[in-house]
Amino acid sequence: MRTLIKGARVLDPGKLDGNKTVLISGQTIEAVLDPSDSVPGNVEDLRVVDADGLVLVPGLMDIHVHLREPGHEYKETIATGAAAAARGGFTAVCAMPNTVPVNDNAQVTRFVLEKAGVAKAARVYPVGAVTRGSAGTRLAEIRDMQLAGIVAVSDDGRPVENAQLMRRALEYCDGLSIPVFVHAEDLSLVNGGAMNEGPAATFHGIPGIPNAAEAVMVARDILLSRLTGARVHFCHISCEESIDLIRNAKLQGVRVTCETAPHYFTLIDEDVKGYDTRFKMNPPLRSEKDRQAVIQGLVDGTIDVIASDHAPHSQEEKDLEFDRAAFGIVGLETALPLSLKLVQGGWLPLDELIMKMAKHPARILGINNDIIPGNPADLTLIDLEDKRVIDPDRFVSKSRNTPFTGMSVQGTAVATMVNGTFVFERRPAQ
Amino acid sequence: MRFTKKDILDIHSLDPEEIALILDTAMGMKEISQRPVKKVPTLRGKTIVLFFQEPSTRTKLSFEIAAKRLSADSVAIAKAGSSMAKGETLIDTVKNLEAMRPDVIVMRHGSSGAAYLVANRVDCSVINAGDGIHAHPSQALLDMMSVREKKGRLSGLKLAMIGDIAHSRVARSDIAGFSKMGAQVWVCAPRTMIPAGIQALGCTVAPTMEACVADADVIMMLRIQKERMNDILFPTEREYAGWFGLNRDRVALAKKDVTIMHPGPMNRGVEISSDVADAGYSMILDQVTNGVALRMALYYLVAGGSRHADTD
Repeated sequence: MRTLIKGARVLDPGKLDGNKTVLISGQTIEAVLDPSDSVPGNVEDLRVVDADGLVLVPGLMDIHVHLREPGHEYKETIATGAAAAARGGFTAVCAMPNTVPVNDNAQVTRFVLEKAGVAKAARVYPVGAVTRGSAGTRLAEIRDMQLAGIVAVSDDGRPVENAQLMRRALEYCDGLSIPVFVHAEDLSLVNGGAMNEGPAATFHGIPGIPNAAEAVMVARDILLSRLTGARVHFCHISCEESIDLIRNAKLQGVRVTCETAPHYFTLIDEDVKGYDTRFKMNPPLRSEKDRQAVIQGLVDGTIDVIASDHAPHSQEEKDLEFDRAAFGIVGLETALPLSLKLVQGGWLPLDELIMKMAKHPARILGINNDIIPGNPADLTLIDLEDKRVIDPDRFVSKSRNTPFTGMSVQGTAVATMVNGTFVFERRPAQ
Repeated sequence: MRFTKKDILDIHSLDPEEIALILDTAMGMKEISQRPVKKVPTLRGKTIVLFFQEPSTRTKLSFEIAAKRLSADSVAIAKAGSSMAKGETLIDTVKNLEAMRPDVIVMRHGSSGAAYLVANRVDCSVINAGDGIHAHPSQALLDMMSVREKKGRLSGLKLAMIGDIAHSRVARSDIAGFSKMGAQVWVCAPRTMIPAGIQALGCTVAPTMEACVADADVIMMLRIQKERMNDILFPTEREYAGWFGLNRDRVALAKKDVTIMHPGPMNRGVEISSDVADAGYSMILDQVTNGVALRMALYYLVAGGSRHADTD
C-alpha cells in the first residue's frame, strides 16, 4: 500500500520548504517529488491525499505528557492519551514515569510499550524514573529500562532533592547517552504554595510559589551539568530567572536544553479568577513579565522545545477547594493551536515553531525525523486557516481539565500519520 | 437602597454604598441587644446553618447569638461530626445541607476560596465566616462599625495594622474595607509576614513600627500565631515583642485619641502589652459586642429582610 500526499507545502525546517509531493510506501517515506514529477512504480493501488492549502511537517513530538497508565486509568489510558496526541497532531509522545507503579523498572516499561503498540495512535516513548519509585534515594535500574525501551529518565512531578544523587544520576546517564529530564523545583521554597507568588496570590489568599523555587534548582543543575559534562534537559520552564540562567549556561557551552508549555506563554496568574482550579498547575502561571520572558526565550532560542505537560485529572480531583485540587491541565489537543498564536503574533516564523515542536524534540531523543526517503513516515498535516473555539467536550482525552475553554484559535492538525498509517484524519481522503 | 447580594463572601465584592448600608443596619440592630428582652421576630421561620470546618469560639458564638436575637433557627455542625471527616467532598456535603433547605449557610473553612466554591453551587445565601487566609468579611465589617461609631467617620483616618499580614484573613479584609471607605491603611511587620504585592489591596507598607503608628487614629494589632514559628517567620516571641509589640511608648506616637483594636484572641506580652490591652483607649470588647449586631445585620440583609429594608 502506497500513499501520495500532494499539493501541500512541505516544511522540514532547515531542510526543505516548498510545494512537494511525498510518496509513502509501507511504513516509510519512499520519495519526495516535485509536483511535476511522475510517480514511480505501479500507481494502481496508490491512495492519493489532496493536501492543497495544507502544510506537511515532520511529525510533531510532545516530549512531556502524563498518560496515567498504569494506575490512574480513570484519568487517561495509554490508548486514550495516544489518541489525543494523534488528534493534536503529535506522532509521538514521551510518557512520564509517575504512574502507579512508577515506571522505574523494565517490566513497567515493557507494559507501557505493549499498551502503546495496540493503541494504533501516536508513538509512545516511555521515560523511566531516575530513582526507585521516584523517591529520590537510590538510582533506578536505568540501563535495564533503556534496553526495554525508555528514551530518557526523569522523576517528573518531583525534584531529585539530593544534589549528590543528582550528580551521580547525571554521570551515570551520560555513560548511557540517555538524557535526564529535570523537574526543577525546590520543595522547601514551594512550602505548600498553590499559585504564583505575587499580587494575585496575595489577593486570593493562596500561598504563593516564588520563581526562585524553580530557578534555584535550575541553577543547581546547570552547575552539576558543568561539573559532570552531562546533558540536562529542563522541563516546563515558567519564569524569567530560569530562562536567564539557561541562556547564560548555553553561552558558556553547558549542555543544557529546555522546554516550556503553551500555558506559560498564553496565560498569567492574573487570569486565575474565582478560585477556578482549571488554572492550577505546577509550575504555576506566572506574571506578565515572566510570560514575556518565556516568549523572548522562545524567540532567541534559549527555549528549545514546546511540550504540553499534558496532565489529565478527573472532574472529582478538580472540583475541590483550590489548595486541595490537583495540579495540572490537559494539553495534547490544544498545544498546536495555542503555539500557532506565536506565529500569528509575529513572534516566531512557522519553521521555528516546527523546530520547537518536531525537530528539537527529536534531536534531544536522538531521533532523525527529516522528511527524506527511508525515514519512517511520521508526518503531520496542518491547516493554518482552520478557525475554531476550544471545546473540551470534543477532546479525545478522557479528561477535560483545561483553562482554555472558549478561547478562539486558528490552525490545527488535520491529519497525523505514524509509520505510514493515518492515526488521525479530519478530512476524508479525496 | 436595597441590598441585592445573595452572599457575603469578601469585602472586595462589596461596594462602599453596600458597606455603609451594612454598617447602618448594624447600628439599628445594636439597639436590640440593649433591650431587656433581646429578641425580635424578624427572621422567624428562617433556618441558618453554622457550618464550621475550623475551630472557632467567638465567631461561631457571635453568629449563633445573632441568629437567636432575630428568632431564626440555627443549627451548628462541626467537622468532627460531619461527613467531611469521613472523606466526603465539600461540594457533596454542602449539597446535602442545601437539600434541607436552609436560608443561610455561615461557613468557616481552612481553604482560601472555599466559600466561593460553595456559593457557586447553592441557591441559599452563604456568609463567609473565614476562609483560609483569604477573607473574614464580618470581622472587617464589625471593625469598621466600631471605628465609625467611635470616630464618627472612616474617611481620612489613619489605621495602623501590625502583625502577620501574610497569614491573616482579617488583615486582607480590613485593608480592603477601610481603604474602600476612605481611610489610610498602613501595615508593618517583619518582612517575613508581608506578602508580595499587598499594596495592591489598598495599603502602605511602613518602614518601621514607629512610622506605622505615628499619628494613627486607630492601631490594630494582629494575633501572633505561635505555631507559625515553625514557618521561620520570626525567631522568638521575645524578639517579636521587642520589635513589633505594642507598648505605651509606641502608643504615645499615635494621636491622643487613638483607639486600639485586636480581633482576638490576644497574646498578652507578645503583640500587645497588658497595660495597653486593658487601658481606656482599647475597644477590644466593644468589637465583640458590635460583632453580634453586625452579624444580625448580615442575616437581615441576605435572608429576606432586604425586601422590607425601606419600610422596617
